[in-house]
Amino acid sequence: MTRDTDPSAAPAPEAPPGSDLALLRAARAGDLPAFEELVARYQRRVLGLSRRILGSQHDAEDVTQQTFLSVLEHLDGFREESSVATWVLRIAANHALKALRKRRNQPTVPLDTADGNGDSYAAMPHPEFIARWRDGPEQLAHRAEIRRLLDAALEEIDQKYRLVFVLRDVEGLSTRETADTLGLSEANVKVRLLRARLMLRERLTRALGDEATRMFPSHDHH
Amino acid sequence: MKCEDLLRALNDYVDGDIDPAVCEAFAGHLADCNPCQVVVDNIRQTITLYREQGAAIEVPIRFRDSLRQELRRRWCEKFPPPAAP
Repeated sequence: MTRDTDPSAAPAPEAPPGSDLALLRAARAGDLPAFEELVARYQRRVLGLSRRILGSQHDAEDVTQQTFLSVLEHLDGFREESSVATWVLRIAANHALKALRKRRNQPTVPLDTADGNGDSYAAMPHPEFIARWRDGPEQLAHRAEIRRLLDAALEEIDQKYRLVFVLRDVEGLSTRETADTLGLSEANVKVRLLRARLMLRERLTRALGDEATRMFPSHDHH
Repeated sequence: MKCEDLLRALNDYVDGDIDPAVCEAFAGHLADCNPCQVVVDNIRQTITLYREQGAAIEVPIRFRDSLRQELRRRWCEKFPPPAAP
């Protein structure tokens, strides 16, 4: 995380006032309120990402603190090649991965388990329980029992699929950014994401699907 | 396109990152296959639900306060206040 300090480089374009980038630049220059505003903007996302990866509020809070300490330490290292959001989330993901490694007590084994097992379209799980949901996601999202269902479904799937789903679908990192963060190829990210989506769909539809609308795969089409 | 092929192209279709020719075949299959249509809807709902739920996460006040204190402590180490004359 070193910053490009080439004095002949063109000056960075001005950041819109109040934008993440403007806050980050102000923080770099020693503006504490700007730094605290940046933390306030991202602490919920960082805590959420960490909780989904680690499955523990306590560990997620530790990771959130480590993340913002790293952000503070490396303010000068942000090279403005990605958005501030992506930079912060990648730092958070890396701290969460370190915490997982520590938990497994395997400091040198890559957490993404990039072994390729099951990372092909041939081994893809086929949808079994197919039915329309009784309610739409907007109505479901804020119900406590749904939160428990989502957490449980996520914890049930293998970690290597969970990581990709959380980074890519929940936090909105690109395929490239997810691949870089986890040390995978983009092709692996895509296959794992599909598997994660299919497994989560299956679990959620078994809980939320309307039995009256249940249908079966049309075997004529296979 | 068959159901099996649809599965392979599912991510690209849902993410809007699909080759136009494949997209046309995909849409053609969906129009004629209710189960696949529902699976695609379910996948979209699954993603939306996790995203919506993510937006509902709250940071406990206790944690927010302790985080702020720790960051301020570290901030003072990084940007020490000027010494009094």
